[in-house]
Amino acid sequence: MTARATTAPIEVEIDEPTGSEADEADRPWIVLVWNDPINLMSYVTFVFQKLFGYSLEKATELMLDVHHKGRAVVASGSRERCELDVFRLHEHGLWATMQHDR
Amino acid sequence: MSGRSVRRARRGGGFDLRLGESERGLLRSLLPQLRAMLGGDDPHRDPSLRRLFPVAYPDDPERDDEFRSLVGDDLRRGRLDSIDVVESSLDATSVDDTQLQAWMQVVNDLRLVLGTLLDVSEDESPDVDPDAPDADARATYQYLSYLLDEIVTALARA
Repeated sequence: MTARATTAPIEVEIDEPTGSEADEADRPWIVLVWNDPINLMSYVTFVFQKLFGYSLEKATELMLDVHHKGRAVVASGSRERCELDVFRLHEHGLWATMQHDR
Repeated sequence: MSGRSVRRARRGGGFDLRLGESERGLLRSLLPQLRAMLGGDDPHRDPSLRRLFPVAYPDDPERDDEFRSLVGDDLRRGRLDSIDVVESSLDATSVDDTQLQAWMQVVNDLRLVLGTLLDVSEDESPDVDPDAPDADARATYQYLSYLLDEIVTALARA
């Protein structure tokens, strides 16, 4: 079983911002993906692997969170970083939004 | 042995596309329709395309407009480029990874538009009532779902 999408043309590592990396003056942003009746579970899992380099297990866990809880936080970081992630999720037709971490 | 429509080629890095003529014909008829919709004046305001251009900042319309003006055109152009890739490989029996990724985007875009128009629900029955007025569209939606799953399965195994 393949745990990583090795064919992904773009892989971005997502790290939780640490104290030294995060801009203290700026609360981090989070990227949310919302449940929708159209996207296939297999597709959503694959997109999480492709875009974020998540393992199959991690991607599946996030997909199931979206499915059962209605949404999941899939990435976090600076506003610019999150906007890029939202853009790439929208390219893939996922219902992604971003907001300040509360 | 395998009845799969899309699978990793035994040799080389590509993928075999084993689609029937009617399947290719269906896609051939759908692509220009999607292209025309995306080519409209304000595609992100078209309700049937709302799933292709989702709101990024639901709580902040001002920022959302800003984001839209920044990336909205790229979002549209990327989708149109993928339609071109699929159209040019519509008769191919093998495609490379880049082409199959374009197929994945286009097939899902078609599902998103069709699913929006049909107002599908999560517990949609896979059986299509052949007498329903939207039976053809629902059958198309079901086929596109099957094809997308085939593409994803092939890509995930690569």
